[in-house]
Amino acid sequence: MVRYIANKLFYMLVSLFILISATFFLMKAIPGDPFTSEKKVPDQIRERLYEQYGFDKPVYQQYFKYLGDIVQGDFGISMKKINHEVADIITGSFAPSLKLGLVAIIVAVIVGVTLGMLAALYHRKLLDNIAMVLAVLGIAVPSFVIATLLQYVFASKLHWLPTMGFKGPIYYFLPVAALTAQPIAFIARLTRSSMLEVLHADYIKTAKAKGLNWIAILFRHVIRNGIMPVVTYLGPMTANIVTGSVVIEQIFGIGGIGKQFVDAISGRDYPVIMGITIFYGALLMIARFLTDIAYVFVDPRIKLSKGKEG
Amino acid sequence: MKKSKSLLLLLTLVLAVGTLLSACGSNDKNNTASNSGNGGNTATSNNDTANSGDETLAADQTLRINLSSEPPTFDPAQAQDSQANTVLKLMYEGLTRMDEAGEAQPAAAESWEIDGTKYTFHLREGATWSNGDPVTANDFVFAWERVLSPETLPAPPYAYQLYYLKNAQEFNEGKITDFSQVGVKAVDEHTLEVELVTPTPYFLGLTSFYTFYPVHQSVKDDQAWAVDANKMITNGAFTLTTWAKGQSIEVTKSDSYWGKDEIKLNKVTMSLVNSGATELASYRNGELDRAGHPNGEIPTDQIPIVQQELKDEVEIKGTASTYYYEFNVTAEPFDNVNIRRAFAMAIDRQAIVDKVTLGGQLPAYGYVPPGIKGVNDEFRNEVDDKAYFKEDYEEAKKLLEQGMQEKGYTQLPEITLMYNTSEGHKKIALAVADMWKKNLGVDVKLENQEWAVFLENRQSLNYQVARAGWSADYNDPMTFLDMWVTGGGNNDSGYANADYDALINQAKSTDDAAERNEAFKKAEENLIKDNQVLLPIYYYTSVSVSKPYLKGVILDFSGAVDYSRAYLLEH
Amino acid sequence: MDSNQVQVMNSPVELKPDDFRKIGTDEKQAEVIQRESISALRDAWQRLCANKLAMTALWVLAFIVVASVLGPLISGWVHGYDYYSNDLLATNESPSLTHWFGTDDLGRDMFVRTWRGAQISLFVGLVAACIDLIIGVIYGGTMGYFGGRVDEIMNKFSEILYAIPYLLVTILLLVVLEPSLGTIILALTITGWINMSWIVRGEIMQLKNREFVLASRSMGAGSGRLLFKHLLPNAVGPIIVTVTLSVPNAIFAEAFLSFLGLGVQAPVASLGSMINDALTGWLYYPWRMMFPAAVISLTMLAFNIFGDGLRDALDPKLKK
Repeated sequence: MVRYIANKLFYMLVSLFILISATFFLMKAIPGDPFTSEKKVPDQIRERLYEQYGFDKPVYQQYFKYLGDIVQGDFGISMKKINHEVADIITGSFAPSLKLGLVAIIVAVIVGVTLGMLAALYHRKLLDNIAMVLAVLGIAVPSFVIATLLQYVFASKLHWLPTMGFKGPIYYFLPVAALTAQPIAFIARLTRSSMLEVLHADYIKTAKAKGLNWIAILFRHVIRNGIMPVVTYLGPMTANIVTGSVVIEQIFGIGGIGKQFVDAISGRDYPVIMGITIFYGALLMIARFLTDIAYVFVDPRIKLSKGKEG
Repeated sequence: MKKSKSLLLLLTLVLAVGTLLSACGSNDKNNTASNSGNGGNTATSNNDTANSGDETLAADQTLRINLSSEPPTFDPAQAQDSQANTVLKLMYEGLTRMDEAGEAQPAAAESWEIDGTKYTFHLREGATWSNGDPVTANDFVFAWERVLSPETLPAPPYAYQLYYLKNAQEFNEGKITDFSQVGVKAVDEHTLEVELVTPTPYFLGLTSFYTFYPVHQSVKDDQAWAVDANKMITNGAFTLTTWAKGQSIEVTKSDSYWGKDEIKLNKVTMSLVNSGATELASYRNGELDRAGHPNGEIPTDQIPIVQQELKDEVEIKGTASTYYYEFNVTAEPFDNVNIRRAFAMAIDRQAIVDKVTLGGQLPAYGYVPPGIKGVNDEFRNEVDDKAYFKEDYEEAKKLLEQGMQEKGYTQLPEITLMYNTSEGHKKIALAVADMWKKNLGVDVKLENQEWAVFLENRQSLNYQVARAGWSADYNDPMTFLDMWVTGGGNNDSGYANADYDALINQAKSTDDAAERNEAFKKAEENLIKDNQVLLPIYYYTSVSVSKPYLKGVILDFSGAVDYSRAYLLEH
Repeated sequence: MDSNQVQVMNSPVELKPDDFRKIGTDEKQAEVIQRESISALRDAWQRLCANKLAMTALWVLAFIVVASVLGPLISGWVHGYDYYSNDLLATNESPSLTHWFGTDDLGRDMFVRTWRGAQISLFVGLVAACIDLIIGVIYGGTMGYFGGRVDEIMNKFSEILYAIPYLLVTILLLVVLEPSLGTIILALTITGWINMSWIVRGEIMQLKNREFVLASRSMGAGSGRLLFKHLLPNAVGPIIVTVTLSVPNAIFAEAFLSFLGLGVQAPVASLGSMINDALTGWLYYPWRMMFPAAVISLTMLAFNIFGDGLRDALDPKLKK
């Protein structure tokens, strides 16, 4: 197990290195720089800025310098938000995204799995239909439409909830609802689909035939095997939700990391682009890593084959 | 009952502002004489008058506004955007302050004398920084040196705003290294002497701009001072108390500000939401006291609705900016003046402002917008832009044919109209392209580009016709016209015309207002009437909504907002 | 046997003892059924036909496809409208006999634009989903089947690709390539297939140690046969669920791209970009949002319900 984890970690570092390199050169290939503006900065001043930020050197030199800084844990200073540490920008903007994201993930998993299980257990009955209609609505309506409608009904008309901002528990309701509509639908469908398979699998039928307690079968076999695809989906979903939905954040006025990233790209704020990319990449990889570990726990057969290879 | 009350209120306010303005006007006309205006007293009397009506101040003087993007910095030397401008105006005070009419009012400087290119500012005694230190002439010298010094890191992009000072450009470019040769000097604690390169009629106004703000000398040893609310030492009416990065900003009334008696607001809280629709919804929900320009934008689709439903809360005002399309005069087919003319004449500007942009904009036929000063009146009132060209579709078709003949075309080459990605620009581009198709029979392709890519392409003349907009840096036609000189940094059209350059030079070297104006008039004629380098579309307006109980918000000629003297009535 | 199945499908209340008996007889014939792929397909089709909900969804999809082709033509014949001509004297008009779906903020007929937008959205969604499916299944199948080093390296590659900021890649594409439908589809699929490949990988990894695969392997079946005859058909359920979701995902992702400026070039519009345009004023000009939103939602709904039906019909395990 230790070797397995060490091996995984090594691959994560290699991946991160490739990610950093690819992003760095992609980013430099896009036209424009942090000092591009409608009112053009005079050439003299622009040249001095280039010199100060090392843009006058060849790109590969800039790249090696950046790598050196990163190895020392220095993410640098924003070129747009003067004198702001990139690390501060990331931690500051990640906090609301993380809080919102965690709540959204928990809500999505609980509601989604419950809906999916109910649908599977009552396959082709009323409850199945209701659950699937709900799930399908979540998929059928674009999230920005859901968000706008929610905002109108609950904030502008009923005045129950605030329109925008992120200052306390009451601010969670609308963005979480808008953010989870799609994952809930996805999880519910995945759960239903895989639970149905499990329910029809021979070993369940055997267990039933043997006269095992249905509740025990349900918990020991059906649910455990039924939520496997959900576990696979959890990794990417976590990263997606936590790094924030730009659109939802924009509509509800939450200054999360998604907005920060879009701003950084449009402003060509190189250190911030790199910083968020590394952060985002590491987050995704860790999420995938945890998923794999979780898989090992959920499905003992994976552990066996992995053990042989590792 | 309610109506008559607000009417009375309005009347008193108009009266109060009127007296204030007339007082300033008389002070300012007498430019060379010493200005002994006392901003503090006048403003107090303003409030007295206002208070003598039956308005009562609200107990909670907290103003709630939204900024559509987070100011990148609160370092006056590094600031470049209108959001920072709004907050800096609250926290800092320059030598002068702009009033609603665009006239410079005494601020950190109590009075001044002007003698040609030499300005002597007498700083206010008793003005202090938020930590209690006195504001001295040395603070200004320090701040300006910081802006201009080649050592400053990063190099302040707006350093060129100070190039009016003698030797400032040379110092900034490293050609001279001794700052004492630059035209700014602290004669004593409270006297600042400034020497300019050439007579600059608008210099007094410039000193109210943030690049000219003083900075506390302690920042020398601390790079990151403007990042932390606890470290900011300011000299204005408010101090920065909270900066929750990405979420909100809060400034609180300063006790050490010399004019604190005329400051009514206790706090200004700013949320940072970049969706115009959300901002407006929030305003309508009572979470904000003001929304829209210049810190946000009311969605075009909602302007007619807002005008109907919030009739008394909407304000539409010119912002001294021009929206136009520029031709690349070095690229086919717009290297021909008649083809350029044909395109300019074939669109219906009134229809665009009435049906497309909807914000009460003015159709533009010239380049210098209303709100910019001329000799005695606004430049635009003195020089009629309607004389430059007319919208005439038949004439346009003839000119197009003539142009095509001159170029030897049997068919126009493919034309692409380039604009930067935005709902508003897209809508206008669609409308204009449709007009060109209907009125001129020309198919034009549209292409939107991401902002920085768009700028890069436009600045390197990699386009045929492109969207553009220009706003005033200072209140003078020069801010619009000097950019079109041959090789000018912001001349993205490839236009190069010796006569034009000569006219701008003439305006730059003379002190005589009438002569300058004449030169500007001829230059604009050269640019538009004779050569049609640009296709003016409209003069911008600012559309905003504010709650009826919010008073005293000042929008200057360029649409920049000053909340420092605002106050809230009981509601 | 087939007719028997149909009957069972039709009656929602099944008797459990019935169930047990069939499994017993079927298991003996499992290999026989798998060999006869043609009859299996016919079987699936008949099961699908019996699913009324799924068939309704199929008809709805067919209707949307036909309407998106005919809609603009009809409007052209009746009124002479096209999707790009402005009429500034008739902006934001509510639906009427002259403008069946009303007009937008430049006075363009919403009926033409909605169906024209549906054309674009459907095209983008279907093509992107197909590409995702093909690449995802091949890639994911290979990863899952071979496992070990191959899986390790291929999985790393997809993870890295997935972690490169999407926005950065799309902006680069916008700059390097001419904005067109092809560019949009490229932008959607460049990372879109990864999710599919992971799902397939997970399924295959889970399936490959199952008894029936081991049995087939021990009987000398080759890799190709194992993968395509045993593993993939058994993984088809999650694959179809993912495909039915990747069509709407692609359609929504396209809307997000329009928002960034990489969408279709104006005056062409997709359903997503039309909704986006109408969002700020939807309360006052609801028709500008409602019609494209209704079509997009109906499309999504139909895709999902049909996908479910297809899954039930195709799934070899449910067939037992």
